[in-house]
Amino acid sequence: MAVAEPPIVEIVGLAKSYRRGDQVVPVLQDINLSMTRGEFVALMGPSGSGKSTLLNLIAGIDTPDRGRLAIEGVDITGLSEGELARWRAEHVGFIFQFYNLMPVLSAFENVELPLLLTRLDRRRRREHVQLVLELVGLADRADHYPSQLSGGQQQRVAIARALVSDPTIIVADEPTGDLDRQSAREILDLMESLNERLAKTIIMVTHDHLAAERAHVVRHLDKGVLTDRIERPRARATG
Amino acid sequence: MAWFLARLVLRNCFRHPLRTALTALGIIVAITAFGLLRTTVDAWYAGAEASSASRLVVRNKNSLMFPLPLYYRNRIEQLEGVKSVSYADWFGGIYIDRKNFFPQFAVEPLSYFPMYPEFVVPPEQMKAFQLDRRGAIVGRKTAEKYGWKVGDQIPLIGTVFAGNWSFVLRGIYHGADARTDESQFFFHWDNLNETVKRILPDKANQVGIFLVALEDPSTAPALSKQIDGMFANSRAETLSETEKAFQLSFVAMTEAILLVIQVVSFLIIVIIMAVMANTMAMTARERRREYATLKAIGFEDHHVVALIAGESLLISLAGGAIGIWLLYPLAAWVGHRFATIFPIFIVSDRTPLAAAAMAALIGVVAACAPAWRAATLKVADGFRALG
Ligand SMILES: Nc1ncnc2c1ncn2[C@@H]1O[C@H](COP(=O)(O)OP(=O)(O)O)[C@@H](O)[C@H]1O
Ligand SMILES: [Mg+2]
Repeated sequence: MAVAEPPIVEIVGLAKSYRRGDQVVPVLQDINLSMTRGEFVALMGPSGSGKSTLLNLIAGIDTPDRGRLAIEGVDITGLSEGELARWRAEHVGFIFQFYNLMPVLSAFENVELPLLLTRLDRRRRREHVQLVLELVGLADRADHYPSQLSGGQQQRVAIARALVSDPTIIVADEPTGDLDRQSAREILDLMESLNERLAKTIIMVTHDHLAAERAHVVRHLDKGVLTDRIERPRARATG
Repeated sequence: MAWFLARLVLRNCFRHPLRTALTALGIIVAITAFGLLRTTVDAWYAGAEASSASRLVVRNKNSLMFPLPLYYRNRIEQLEGVKSVSYADWFGGIYIDRKNFFPQFAVEPLSYFPMYPEFVVPPEQMKAFQLDRRGAIVGRKTAEKYGWKVGDQIPLIGTVFAGNWSFVLRGIYHGADARTDESQFFFHWDNLNETVKRILPDKANQVGIFLVALEDPSTAPALSKQIDGMFANSRAETLSETEKAFQLSFVAMTEAILLVIQVVSFLIIVIIMAVMANTMAMTARERRREYATLKAIGFEDHHVVALIAGESLLISLAGGAIGIWLLYPLAAWVGHRFATIFPIFIVSDRTPLAAAAMAALIGVVAACAPAWRAATLKVADGFRALG
C-alpha cells in the first residue's frame, strides 16, 4: 500500500569539505540517499570515512557545502542557525556514543529537556517523560543521576530523551561504541523495537556488524562516497 | 524555562564546590577591600564633609604656624553679615605617651560651642566648664578610650607650649550624628594665654585662627575678601576661607596618597576579574560537550549564554553580598582601632552600591569570553575531542 510514500530523508548531490589551514579536505562527495518513513538504516565504513559528518548534516547540526538535503520535504540547507535549532527540537532525536547526559540532572530531568522547548505544561511533560522511561525500562530510576547509572542505563536514558518529543527521525552515532556486549545487545534490542513497534525512522552509524544486522538497509561509506547498499527483509520474526 | 535554567545554574555552581568557594572567597576579599579602601578615602574627607560652608576660618596668610593678634576679633565682629567670632589655638600636648594622640584646642569657651551645635554637651556640664578656668571638655570616644570621668585631672605635656599642664574634666560631648568627630579635647584659651604671658610675654594675646559664623553662607566669598582686605599690608595679613576649604587644604596635602588608594582599590577589582574570568573559562571549557548537547537538542545560543552568565553572576554577586556584609563590622573595627587617625570611619551609603556594581561587573566581564565561545560553538565541533 505504502508504495508511493514520499521519502522522509532525501539527499541529492550532497558535498562537504573542511578547511585545514589553507588546505581544503573533501569529506563527503556527491552523496545520494533516501529513506522512507519507518526505515532503519545503518551507516558503516572505516574510521574517518565521513559517517559522523553525514549524520550531523542529516541532523542539522552541520551545514553542507552543496546539494539538497530535505527532511519530510523541507530543505534544511537554507535554514538559519536559529531556525535550525527550532527545527531540530521538533524533528530530530539524538543518540550519542558517550550518551551526553547532563550530569547535574536526574534521569527524569534529562529526558524532560527536549520538552522544555515545547508548549507542554508540567503535568503533560511529566506524563510524557514517565511514558518513555517505562518504554526504556527505567521508570524506577527516574530520580537517579547519570553517575548512579551504568553505561547501558545511561544510554537508555539518552534514548528516552531522543524519543520523548516524538521526532521525525532518530540519529544515532555509534550508540553501542562505548558499551560491553551485553549492554550493546540490550540497546540494539531497544532500538529495534522502537523501529518495529513505534515505527521510528532511525539512521545509525556503527562499525559493529552485529549492530548493522538490526537495520533494514546497510550503507557503506568509503572516503566520502556511498558504496554498496545491502537490504534485508523488513519484517523480522520477533521473539 | 527560566526556572529550569536557574536550577541548572545553581546545580552547576555546586559541581566543584571547592573551586566555587575559592572564587567566591576571592571576590569576598576583593569587595571587602574595595569597600574598606573607599571608606578610608571617605574618612580622609570626613572632616571637610562635616564642616560647614557657613563658617569662615581666618588664619595668618604666611602660614598656619604664625598667629594673629587677638584684637582682630573686634574688627571682624563689626562687619556686616558676621553673626559671631570665636578663636582657637592648636595645643598639641602629649597625654602620658606620644602615641596617645587626640586633637586638643584652646578655645574661647563662651563663643566656641554655640558655633558648633554638633558637639552636644549637657547644659550643667557646659556651665561647669565655662566657670572653671582649668576646665576641659572632651569627646566621648577619647573619654572612653582613657577611662576619664567628669572631675578627673587630665595631665598633658606641652609641645608647642612647653611645660606640664593639668586640666579638670568638666564635660563630655557627644556627636549630634555619626559623622561628628568625638575625639577632640577643648580647654580655656585664657588658661593658655596666662601661661604664655608669663613665659613668652611677646607671644601673648595672639591666636592661631579666628572662626567666623556668617548670617548667610552665600556671603562667604565677599566677606572673606573684606576681612583679608581689612588686614592687608598689616604686620599680620590674613587668609580667610570657608571651613570646608580650610579642611580640604589639609586633605590636599595627601591627595596623591588618596589617589593611590583609589587606584589600588580598582586594581584589586581588575585582578579578581582576571581570576574569575579564568575560572569561568575553565568551567565553560569543561562543559563544552554539554553546551553542544543542549544546542543539538534545540536549545539556542541565548540559553547557553544565560547558563554561563547566570553562574558567573551568581558567584560574583553572592561573593559581593558577603563582602559588603563583612565590610560593616570590619569598618567599625578599623574605625575603633585607628580612631586617632580616622575619627570618622563610616561606610557611606554609596560604598555598598559601588561595591555591588563592582561585583556585578566582575560577573559580567568574567562571563563574556566563555559565553561568546559557547554561543559561537558549532554543535558538531562541540562533540569532537578538544583539539
Ligand atoms: N571540523 C572539522 N575540521 C576539520 N576536519 C574535520 C572536521 N570534522 C571532520 N573532519 C575530518 O573529516 C573526516 C571525516 O570525519 P568523520 O565524519 O568524523 O568520520 P567518521 O565518523 O566516519 O569516523 C576526518 O578525516 C576528519 O578528520
Ligand atoms: Mg564518527
